[in-house]
Amino acid sequence: MNSDVATSIPSERERQGIERRPWRALVVQLLGPITIVGGLVWGVAQPYRILILDRGRGGDLYDYVFQGPLLVIVVGLAFTLLVAPGLVQDLASEERRGSQS
Amino acid sequence: MVPRAETAHWIAASVALFVGLVLIAELVVGHDVFHRRRWRAYLFPSLVIASSVLLWVITILSTFSTMHLLAHAVWAQAALAAGAVELALVRGKLSRPTWALVPAAALLVSGIAFLVHEPNPWLYSRSAFLHHAIGWMLVVVSLFPLGRAIQLGRLAWRTGYALTFVLLAVLLFADRDAAPIFGRFGLGGP
Repeated sequence: MNSDVATSIPSERERQGIERRPWRALVVQLLGPITIVGGLVWGVAQPYRILILDRGRGGDLYDYVFQGPLLVIVVGLAFTLLVAPGLVQDLASEERRGSQS
Repeated sequence: MVPRAETAHWIAASVALFVGLVLIAELVVGHDVFHRRRWRAYLFPSLVIASSVLLWVITILSTFSTMHLLAHAVWAQAALAAGAVELALVRGKLSRPTWALVPAAALLVSGIAFLVHEPNPWLYSRSAFLHHAIGWMLVVVSLFPLGRAIQLGRLAWRTGYALTFVLLAVLLFADRDAAPIFGRFGLGGP
């Protein structure tokens, strides 16, 4: 066989890596935004939970800051900004290493 | 300024939701990739231990009944033990998978404490309903770490364990100090 045409058979690990890469990184990247959207939807469904929008009702610090929809959004943001980027980066480097070996 | 019970429950729900997201992420990327950065490996045990410290604070503050005091002390102690074991597993001080029996016992004991310290029946109010629901949920989901101890690699146990925290967060976020079980649709409550 002509060596200009023939290529090596990709290893099982390589093929798995190529197949796995998109959805894993995508799921990790989506977890935070889905949580944020969940908090936003909750806030729209129950706007009276967010006291910042209706200051006339009064209330203490806990009523303003520690409301369910706001807390869900904060958790989503924390995951999106603190955890997800490093995981996606490590997934990419793992797959690069897999494809090189 | 001491927060109301529902506020404390919502803060606990936030921690549970974050833990759930972290465990789901670990499940998706795999153990090796997740533990590549040391701080990530220590994240779950640290959150559990920090939660136990917060639970001790709540134990000190919620002295309005002996049962509440005991229940919060049991949760704090159970979380501390589970967090310590998870930390020792990450550090490599412990290696046997059967140590997952400790988180299983912690969930079981926490569930029983939820059920025992709620004096009202299921349909009395939303708070009572959620205490019963969370209690039974924790009793049932203690099977997940138990299964993990017996069959280490089984995906179903790890998935169930991760989703446990998300479900716990949903139930805790639904808590109100005084409300009918289904809000405007009624049933129970003042």
